[in-house]
Amino acid sequence: MPVSPKEEALFPRQLIPMGDSAVTVEFGDSIDPTVNALVIAYAKKLLEQGWSGIVDVVPTFRSVTVHFDPLQWDMASLTDQLRVLPCPRPSVTESNSTLHQIPVLYGGDYGPDLDEVAAYAGLEPSTVIRLHASVQYRVYMIGFSPGFPYLGLVPPQLAIPRLLTPRPRVPAGSVGIADRQTGIYPIATPGGWRLIGRTPLPLYHRTGSTPFMLKPGDRVQFRPIEQDEFEQLSRATTDEDHRSQQ
Amino acid sequence: MTTPHNTREPLIEVIKPGWLTTIQDLGRPGYQQYGMPVAGAMDRFAAIVANRLVGNPDQAAVLECTGQGPELLFQQGTSLAVTGANISPTLNGRAIALWHGINIRQGDRLAFGPRRVGFRCYVAVTGGFDVPVILGSRSTHCPSRTGGLEGRPLRTGDHLFHRALDQAIDSLVGRRLPPRLIPTYDRSVTLRVVLDVRRHLFHESALTVLVNSTYTVAPQSDRTGYRLNGPLLARKETLSFISEGTVTGALQVPPDGQPILLMVDRQTTGGYPPIATVISVDLPLAAQLGPGDTVRFVACSIAEAQALLRTQSHLLNTALPPVPAIRSLSSP
Repeated sequence: MPVSPKEEALFPRQLIPMGDSAVTVEFGDSIDPTVNALVIAYAKKLLEQGWSGIVDVVPTFRSVTVHFDPLQWDMASLTDQLRVLPCPRPSVTESNSTLHQIPVLYGGDYGPDLDEVAAYAGLEPSTVIRLHASVQYRVYMIGFSPGFPYLGLVPPQLAIPRLLTPRPRVPAGSVGIADRQTGIYPIATPGGWRLIGRTPLPLYHRTGSTPFMLKPGDRVQFRPIEQDEFEQLSRATTDEDHRSQQ
Repeated sequence: MTTPHNTREPLIEVIKPGWLTTIQDLGRPGYQQYGMPVAGAMDRFAAIVANRLVGNPDQAAVLECTGQGPELLFQQGTSLAVTGANISPTLNGRAIALWHGINIRQGDRLAFGPRRVGFRCYVAVTGGFDVPVILGSRSTHCPSRTGGLEGRPLRTGDHLFHRALDQAIDSLVGRRLPPRLIPTYDRSVTLRVVLDVRRHLFHESALTVLVNSTYTVAPQSDRTGYRLNGPLLARKETLSFISEGTVTGALQVPPDGQPILLMVDRQTTGGYPPIATVISVDLPLAAQLGPGDTVRFVACSIAEAQALLRTQSHLLNTALPPVPAIRSLSSP
């Protein structure tokens, strides 16, 4: 959506040098949709400048980390520029962000912690599923592994701490809960989130034309599916993989 | 995306893969906002020098060998350079010099022996190693099985291809890095760090402990990061820390106080606050540490860190000028 100049503003920000080739621009000290919207708008604005020597722009919950080539920028002049870069006033309604519907097979072998989450919350597993799938989540940031979305906020009844000892291997597609966040493991990695289901869709597709399904600021809603549909969607994904590798 | 390998002759047959040998270039920047780690050569200086010695642009793909080197049989002639750690490289059983350009004939055999100094060594061949470019890079990131040879280290029997040049390059024999520019590696090093401005996240004692202690690189260290054993760095536990972007060289402090030095395969975001970050010019020295090696830290200003890097870059460019991007037959 185009933004007129009068809507741009200098939101208060703190600049934190990270060594000699990165600086973090911080907009707040909490996990909050308004702060995060500002973060994402600022990251987009910075990338649009096309400044040479800006290597990576990484929006997270409440800050943007800017990686730069230290042979092209000295820290002082870059921080000066970042401090005064006007930022579009972000829309908090998110009506223009992309909404993804992600099918999930809840429980059983694919969601080994569903019963424990239900017991912890004092709810039936079916209620946990209904609540988890009832919310449009915001992609606050992508991190941890290629394409891993940090989604929030989970309905308060479902908040549960991480496992004390992380699993050495969480299968790709697993959907987990940690406190009031939920996320999806795009590749098999170690992980400590409570696993309640699995999606057959690939969030990271190495050789695809769109390697990453989600970007910060997108919205996600989960759609409960049954075994049949899971297997059907898995086969479709596998076929597509074969085609793209030929 | 896929290079038609079967229509060309391989350059190298892998006789022994070594302990951990991967294809790397200068990494995969630009996708950290999607959680994609940068990867690339741990020791960028050694990788860049290896490339320049064989007439390649800095970003050409090289082999990174770790601790114990591979054994490679050349099925075509080329020129080659070995830089970085000294793990006793030999050509047909005879020792060869590091940081030199060397001519290779068909049937030559490159092998390695005992680790003498440093931990990671780089092998460049003219044209660079050819594997598909994934997200702008040929680097291998093993945890996500991305890039390089199917996202994994070399195996016995692998064939490695190089990018053929459409023009002959001048003989590279005798090309070498001037000895004064060759880094001195050691099993105990001092790394210069920029201290993080967020002192309030740590107890007052933590900074004093950091710059007055010796840390040992733990066995469970890899390209993602080094676990450092030594005195604990006390955090103020009342403060929780919201995940933010990470940088290579950051000394992250988990709640238990045992620092982790983040390296090139690091996750793009992290939930442990950094107490300090190793300066760019010293990262190659950190890259050459192996398990059991020791490290001390000393504070440095950002301006000084950037000046040191500019000086190093200037000296290298004067001795071995960068090579412009190669036009190649095998890829655009």
